[in-house]
Order: sequence, then C-alpha cells, then structure tokens
Amino acid sequence: MINIIVELSKYLIVILMTLFTFQCFTVFKKSDEEDRKYVLRKQIILLLFIDTAAYLVMYLQTMDFNMLIMYLQVAAYVVVIQVIYRIFYKKASMLLVNDMCLLLSCGFIILSRLDFEMAEKQFAIVVVGTVLSLLVPVIIRKVKLLKDLTWLYGIVGILLLAAVLVLAPVTGGANLALKLGGVSFQLSEVVKITFVFFMAGILRRNTGFKNVVITTAVAGAHVLILVLSRDLGSALVFFITYVVMVYVATKKPLYALAGLGGGAAASVLAYYLFGHVRQRVVAWKDPFSVYETNGYQIVQSLFAICAGGWFGTGLFNGSPDTIPVVTQDSIFAAICEELGGIFAICMLLVCMSCFLMIVNISMKMSNKFYKMIALGLGTEYAFQVFLTVGGTTKFIPLTGITLPLVSYGGSSVICTIVMLAIIQGLYILREDEGVQLERQKQERIQRQEWEDQPSQSKRTGAAGEKSLEEKIEEETEKSLRW
Amino acid sequence: MVVSYTFVAIFLALIGYIVYFNTRLSEEFQNSPYNKRQDSYEEQVVRGDITASGGEILAETQIDEEGNETRVYPYGNLFSHVVGYTSKGRSGLESSENYHLLTSHAGAMEQVQKELQDEKNMGDTIVTTLDVKLQQTAYDALGGNNGAVVVMEPDTGKILAMVSKPDFDPNTLNEIWDSLVSEKSNTNLLNRATQGLYPPGSTFKIVTTLAYMRAGGNLNDFYFDCQGEVTNGGYTIHCYNNNVHGAEDFAAAFAKSCNSAFAQLGVDLDGDSFRSTAEELLFNEKLPITIPYSKGSFVLDDSTPDALAMQTAIGQGDTVTSPFHMALITCAVANGGNLMEPYLVDRIENYNGEQVKKYTPSAYRELMSADEASVISELMQGVVESGTASRLSGKNYTAAGKTGTAEHGDMSGLPHAWFVGFSNVDNPDIVVSVIAESAGTGSDVAVPIAEQIFDAYYN
Repeated sequence: MINIIVELSKYLIVILMTLFTFQCFTVFKKSDEEDRKYVLRKQIILLLFIDTAAYLVMYLQTMDFNMLIMYLQVAAYVVVIQVIYRIFYKKASMLLVNDMCLLLSCGFIILSRLDFEMAEKQFAIVVVGTVLSLLVPVIIRKVKLLKDLTWLYGIVGILLLAAVLVLAPVTGGANLALKLGGVSFQLSEVVKITFVFFMAGILRRNTGFKNVVITTAVAGAHVLILVLSRDLGSALVFFITYVVMVYVATKKPLYALAGLGGGAAASVLAYYLFGHVRQRVVAWKDPFSVYETNGYQIVQSLFAICAGGWFGTGLFNGSPDTIPVVTQDSIFAAICEELGGIFAICMLLVCMSCFLMIVNISMKMSNKFYKMIALGLGTEYAFQVFLTVGGTTKFIPLTGITLPLVSYGGSSVICTIVMLAIIQGLYILREDEGVQLERQKQERIQRQEWEDQPSQSKRTGAAGEKSLEEKIEEETEKSLRW
Repeated sequence: MVVSYTFVAIFLALIGYIVYFNTRLSEEFQNSPYNKRQDSYEEQVVRGDITASGGEILAETQIDEEGNETRVYPYGNLFSHVVGYTSKGRSGLESSENYHLLTSHAGAMEQVQKELQDEKNMGDTIVTTLDVKLQQTAYDALGGNNGAVVVMEPDTGKILAMVSKPDFDPNTLNEIWDSLVSEKSNTNLLNRATQGLYPPGSTFKIVTTLAYMRAGGNLNDFYFDCQGEVTNGGYTIHCYNNNVHGAEDFAAAFAKSCNSAFAQLGVDLDGDSFRSTAEELLFNEKLPITIPYSKGSFVLDDSTPDALAMQTAIGQGDTVTSPFHMALITCAVANGGNLMEPYLVDRIENYNGEQVKKYTPSAYRELMSADEASVISELMQGVVESGTASRLSGKNYTAAGKTGTAEHGDMSGLPHAWFVGFSNVDNPDIVVSVIAESAGTGSDVAVPIAEQIFDAYYN
C-alpha cells in the first residue's frame, strides 16, 4: 500500500512542479493585474501541495514523526512569508517571492531526505536570514549613504577574501570557510554582495577608460585571491559578473570581448600553473580515468542522475548518499535521482525565471546605481546556478559551488535571501518611480495650466520640483506603512 | 538585453544537455561496472540469461527449491572471457550488460503481481552475436597455445567469436579464485583478445603500406632489390631467416613480407605523417567496444632514429596492439574502408523471448578511402595467392590476409604467430584475427588456425 502511494505521489509531484514552472512564465503574459494575482495565488497552492506530497511520502517511508513537524514548519514559513509580503511590501514582486519559496522548499525536502539534522539547521538559518532580509528594503530606501561608500565596499571585499585566504584552514582542497566561534562562515558569499555594490558605485557616473582600468584592477584582485584560495567557482562568478557589469555600464562590446578573451587566456594560464585546475579538467574530460580520486564525485553524481531517469526513483528509494558532498555541490544530482529529471529541469527553469525577473527589474530602473546592482546580483545568481548544475551533470568541469537556496550552507542561503531582498527593495523603488512619473506628468500639465494664469505665484512651481529622491521617499513611506 | 539573451541561451543549452544525457548518455553510465547502484536491483530481479546467436544458453541463473540462486555456464571454459563472470566482481558481458540482465521487462501485470507477493521478477535475456560453432572451432584450433582469436562480420560489425587462452571455468570460479589471483604470473583472467598487447609484426605492414600511399608513393612504380638485409644509421634489419627476395615489385614485397623493403620505407617516410596514419587506424585511440580493452600504441615522430623507424615499419619497435584492434583494421579493409561499430549484443529479450531492444549495425568511422581499401585488399589477396598464406588458396572460398611473425622479449624464444584476413574477397563474409604466443611463424602456425575457422564457416 505504502509502495503505491509513494509511486503515485512521485508522478503527482512532477505534475505539480511542471504546472508551477509553467505559470512562472505565463504570468508575464497576463496583462490584467487581477489575472496575475490569481496565477500567483495558484502557485502558492501548488507549492504547498508539493511540500505536502513530498513530506507525506517521507513520513510513510521513515515513519518518523519529525518529518511531519518539519512539514508544518516549512508550510508555515511559506504562508507567513506570503502574508508578510502582502501586508508590508505590497509592491514587491510576488513572482520572485514564490520562486524563492519554491527553491527553499526543494532544498528543505531533499535535505530532510539526505540528513534530517541538516534540514533542521537549514530551516533555522533560513528563518534568521529571512528576518534580516525583511529589513533590507527599508535600509535601501532610508540610507542614502549607500551610494557613496564605493571604496569601502571594494576594500572590505578584498580584506575579507584575504582574511579567508590567510586564516582559513584547508577544507576539501579549498580555503572556503572561516570558523568563527563554532560557526563556519563563507565570507566569499558576503563579498559577492559588496563586490556588486563596489562595481555599481564606481561605474555609476564615470565609464571612462581610466575608471574601467581601476575597476579591472580591483575586480582582478578579488578573482586572484579566490583562485589562490582554490575557490574556482566563486572566482568565475566574480569574473563573469565583472565582465557583464562593465559591458552594461559602458555599452562597449569591445570591453566584453576583451574581458572574455582575457578570461579565456587566464583560464589557460591557470590550467598550466595550478595542479588543482588541471585535475578538475581531467576529471571532466574522462572521469573514469581518475575514478579513484578526482573523478569519483562527478561519476557518482552521474550515476545518480541516470538512476533517476525522467520521473526519479521516489524519495528514499534511491541511494544519493553515495555521492560525496551531496548536500552542497552535488545536491542537483540527488534531486535528479529521487525527484526525477523533469522535476530538476523545471527547477532550473524556475531559476531562470528568477533571473529574468531580476533583469526585468534592472532594465526598468532609471537610477543607474540601482540598475547596476540588480543586474550584478542577477548575474551572480544565474551564473552560480549554471556552474553548479553544469558541473554536476558534466556539462562543464566541476567547480564545487553551491546551488543558491537549495544547497545546505548557512552563509550561502542567508546571502542569497538578502540578495533577493535587495532586489525586492529595488523593485519597490521602481514601482514608486512609476507612480512618481505618472504624477509628474499630471503636475506638468497642471503647471502649464497654472502658467497660463499669470496670477499664480512661482512658489507652487517650486513645490512641484521637489527632487525625485524626496518624492520616492514619500512614496516608499506610504507603501511601507510602518 | 544581450546579457539576458546570453544567459537564457546558456540555460537552454544546459537543459538541452540534460535531456541529451538522459536519453543518450545515461545507458553508458548505467552499465558502468563502477555503478554500485545496480547491486540493489539483485534484490528484486533474478539475473537474466545470456545466449548465443542460435539461442544456446551461455549463462543462466538456476534457483533451487530453497530459493538459492546459482549462476551456471553450460559451456564451461569455452566462453570464459567474453561472457565473463559475476561472482568475485564482474567481467565480460556479465559486467557490461549487468544493467540489462538485472532489468525486467516482464509484463506489467505480472510485475505488479510479483511485487505484491514479494517475489523476484525475471531479468531480461541478452542475445549475443556469438556463434557457438565458430567459437568452438577457434577454441579447438588454437589448441594448447596461449593467445587469442577474434572473428567478426566486416559489413555489420558483429563479433562472432572471441577466444582467449589460457582460460578458466567460470562455474568453479569461487574455488579456483585464490590460485587465479595469488600468483602475479597467472593471467588466465585476462581477455587477450581485447586486452593483450603484442608487437603486431608483419601484419603492421598494412599500416606502413597505407602511410606510404598517403605520402604520395605509387605502388606501380615501386621497385626494390632485396639483399636479405638493409642497413640504416648503423642498424641492420634482416629478412626472416635471412631470405634474399631479389628484385621485387610492391605486391611481391608485401606477399613475401620482405622486411628489407619495408624497413627502407620506414626510413623514407615522414615520422609525423606515419603516426597520423596509424592514429587514423585507431592506434593511440579509444576503441569502440563496451568490454575492457587496451589501446594500441604507436610512437614515432620526425626525430625518431633510423633504427627504430625501420623496426616500427615492420611492426616491431615500440608498437603494440591487441588482436581485436588488428581485426578492426582488417574489417575496414574488407568493408571498403568503413569500419562498422563492433558489437556483441544482438538484442535484448524479456524472459518470455519477446524482443525489448534490437541493436542494428551502424557505421563507426571511415578508416581509409574505398580506393585505399581496394588496393590493400588486392595486396592481401596476393599474400594468399603467392605469398606467406598460400595455404588458403584453392579452397571453395577465396581469401585474403597478412601473416606476421613477431619477435618479442629477448628474442630467445619462438616468435608470436599472427594472421589477419578475410574470406570471400569480392563480398567479404568474415574477418579472422589470430595470435598464438611464442608458437612459431605466422605462416606455419596462425594461418592453419584461421584456415580451420574459414573451413568451418563454409562447410
């Protein structure tokens, strides 16, 4: 009996996931606000069904009561987030919130399957991260200073990375984490955010050659320290973000080509200089030839993906625990094995929809600083997804990087949630700007009417010329309602 | 905009790759002998049968009244390497087809029913391309020699027989295991057909000829006056038994396997292009086969001294290869230059004999042009008509081939005897590749072995 339920819910989960993904893209087409809201509400229902089905299966398979508790926690988290956003951040992108909830759910489900204690820890971290992130949109609006700290971001970033390089013990061939009072902390995750702020700050006003050179030097320092710390995945993420941001700021394809060309040359150089780079490439080209050592992880991941096929083996029916570091680098393989290839592809499409939404937000911002921040963070996110999924499936060499929001990892999850909150903050600003422009137009018309009447004093006009920022602030205040 | 399109393109490429992986590549990984996930299938499925092309059972699982399973190999030693074993690890088809043997395609209702009754389902049957009669003939013909025989169909790529000696009885593997693995010198488990690496001797002159043709050499204008030896760079190569072949054209030099003429070619040829020809014939390359094999090795470049260049041209020196690899080159010659993908599994059936999957012949790669293949085929016919394999002439079938007599080790013992060739030269039926270790000349030892196989095929 249990077998049949497990088997059926396997297909049910795939269908629910497909529907959810489908709606991530159809929602863009809906022009009517009410329709859109309806689709977004439907997504929440689908998401809660996925959680219910998955945790029910896991409960039946383990008969562990904790599974049900975990389910209630996850469901409560999803509901509370929805309520909070609907009350306090009415203007936030609910699609992005839904996507975040879905990816977090995927993470909770597969972590509960792999290592229940980790799932519990992850949940606690997510809750803390979310509480922190709720303050972010307020900070963005209140603290105008953010724009002027460019060099602080750059220096802090380099110092943090250098600290990791010097102080951190070698873990898994990479100086990835710094242990602070029992809690290991991946500073490179924090630096991902400061780096984008630095890039946005320096490229905001001046995109002359000299400024690009300075930017390149600082970005190069970031990347170099990461390569020396053997954190190749992060190094690549930083590098691509740098290329994209410079290109978008300057609009000169030449810079992008030069950047990519230089990156390619640097990769070749790194291949010959560093043994650990070479090992990864060998393990990618022919993992069986180094099966006993560097090829082991990738081969086990591929076995898992094969075992899953399109519909997966069902939760607790596969053996993803044979994959090394499965809860972090190779979590995608575990999802492929137990939840199936279709589910995994849908999850990738959800990640893509996240990225498109972020780019969408970026394109509609009029303030260049915010525009660049949204774009930079979006690029980091998308490229990181590509690196980890591509690495696990042997599309590209494995770089050992986490799948944002899904993989276990405190600093990674907190920083990604904060990143998304920053983007939400910007999105709210954008909505404000929209309202603002509308009103300006009206005022302009009114003013013209007034100017037709000579008796009208100029003071009224001055009042209408309040700086844009002040107006935004007003609007924000209203939208926040606190 | 450019940025978002680029990233969307990257994502779609990644998804496309995952789809491709799941549909095309996954079988390779599922069948991998490293894949321990398959072991868990054994709890739900009774391992399927392996049969020869005529339906004869080569391996089956017998279940006694208490439900104990025993793997039985009715032909004992005969198919030991190619079928392999599945206790003490796995080898041969038992390893490469493990996934299919442990997958059941019995009817859906039956599977559900057995699952509910907590019974095992019956695994699928692997129907191989192997021919019991040819395998037996090759096995007997090799006799007491150590060595290997490979028989293939050049126009399909089917492997009809694969023998390796010394061998073992997979039925008694558990008892003999310790003695098989305790001594380092014991190589009974090694499948010499695909994993044994030998100097190819004069069979390699096929490669040298091709390199010579590609370097612009015109075989019709070729003339060589054989003095029984040739000296370059202070090193002398002798013809076998110091025979003096006298004035000869290319066909005669090939048919009589004149070492002096070919050694001189080795000096004249450009080392780099010689190597690239050898690599096009799959030296230093992966071979298309799912069971374990060793790559052939050919090392020569522009800076190679004359002595080694001469040795290499006559198949000595540092060159080594497997009987299976030489069979593939011969298949390409016999099939107009096109190598068909070699295969051992013809189809997969469920345990009731209903077909689940059929493997069809597919082209692997063009190793040489049709013109080149026809020239070499003609030279190989000359070997049978008036050369070292004349024993195969005057039969009720036509044949072509090349013998080899390969020196090895400190050259104190008898040489390895080689033969590669095919029958029915106008529309080749089978390719045979034979090696008998330390057994004598190709002409005296390997050709008679091939002869018995050809005879068995046609009579």
